[in-house]
Amino acid sequence: MSLFLDIVSWVLLVAGGLVSVVAGVGMLRFPDLFTRMHAASMLDTLGAMCVLGGLALQAGFGVVGFKLVLVFLFLTFTTSTAAHALAKSATAAGLEPLTAEPRRGDGAEDEA
Amino acid sequence: MTAILVDFGLLLSLVAIAIAACRTRDLFGAAMLFGIFSLLSAALFVVLDAADVAMTEAAVGAGVSTILMLSTLAVTGHKVRERPLQRDMVALGVTVVLGGALVYATVDMPRIGDPGAPVQTDAVAQHYVEVSYEEIGIENLVTPLLASYRGYDTLGETAVVFTAGIGVLALIGRRRRRDGAPEVQAEGVDITADRHRILRVVGRQLIAPILLYAVYVQAHGDYGPGGGFQAGVIFASGLMLYMLLVGIDEAERVISPKVLEKLIALGLLLYGGTGVLNMLQGGNFLDYRTLAHDPKHALHYGILAVEIGVGITVTAVITTIIYAFAGHLRVRIAAPSIAEAAGGSTPAPVDPSKDLEEA
Repeated sequence: MSLFLDIVSWVLLVAGGLVSVVAGVGMLRFPDLFTRMHAASMLDTLGAMCVLGGLALQAGFGVVGFKLVLVFLFLTFTTSTAAHALAKSATAAGLEPLTAEPRRGDGAEDEA
Repeated sequence: MTAILVDFGLLLSLVAIAIAACRTRDLFGAAMLFGIFSLLSAALFVVLDAADVAMTEAAVGAGVSTILMLSTLAVTGHKVRERPLQRDMVALGVTVVLGGALVYATVDMPRIGDPGAPVQTDAVAQHYVEVSYEEIGIENLVTPLLASYRGYDTLGETAVVFTAGIGVLALIGRRRRRDGAPEVQAEGVDITADRHRILRVVGRQLIAPILLYAVYVQAHGDYGPGGGFQAGVIFASGLMLYMLLVGIDEAERVISPKVLEKLIALGLLLYGGTGVLNMLQGGNFLDYRTLAHDPKHALHYGILAVEIGVGITVTAVITTIIYAFAGHLRVRIAAPSIAEAAGGSTPAPVDPSKDLEEA
């Protein structure tokens, strides 16, 4: 049972780390503020969920586990709302989302 | 091996962020980079097993300090003028000399964890580590060190925070309606409007947990990382969230600035007053053992009193500073030409006064 918990928490922790790295890559590579917010907010929340889940499995039922659950709840609310607030203020400042126009140089196949 | 990798990665990131913050031309970006720098420093402190310091650094550096810098930039403007190269050369020379002196000094320092280092072998430090739990009975070693053994230093720190609050009040002052300026209705988020429903709902739900968490951190300083400074900062950030949601007018009706001014002084008075009470009871200044019969209980009462004093002062000072900045920002928004020159793009389709409370 303890081995099973260890394996699951290992998987969750590694997955959380990988997801956060992917979020970072996405933030660098995406062309527009809104797409970058998409990558940052959703993948960061998912990464934090996985890492916290892995840690909570290690901590078990106790004060530490309960605190981890609280942190997880707080993070899901605040990262999503912060991303929403950021996108809202970008729209209020006049920034338009990038529409599907083919860019010069690599646009020929990009015609959705 | 992984410890070295983690340390290496964190320190490299700190250097990269510092270089980026120096080289960027946009001060908003620089302020955010400083916030990230503080957060990574907090992570470094956790790696070094200094949990109280890490929590304070994260709360103050990555939280409140970034907000204060951003508020200052919103009032003053955030582009940096080009500087002539000669002034940069002088600054570069001074930095190189000072940095070189610091690096030269680190060569003499003992390695981390060296058992022969002065911090390990010093008699006073040994006394703190070995005797503190028997003498005082508080599990977290940092709290009695901060509040009892080194109570004078913490009194000085609280006085510094107090002076900062007084300084901001004296230099910037509270919000004042400039004569002739149009009465700008900055209501924050309109109750009946649907435009900001998510922010309004989530924000209002979050305020109570944040304030409760601040009280928890204040009380938990005896058993884990916590204490007055962190609790004050977290409480002030909860109040700031409320101010962002309802607008500064409504917030000033609920959390009156006059009450805050009294609270700034009350916290420091609580701290120094505990010391004076000790003197009146026949002991030395800040010798808490005179407060009750059993010296352990007396020390607990004394530490609790001074930590609460610290928390009150820090909360009141940070909230007062935010009121001062927000009040100034509102006066500037009333004159939109200045706001255009100071801020970024013109929020043409949106009412500027509402724009203040949106982000």
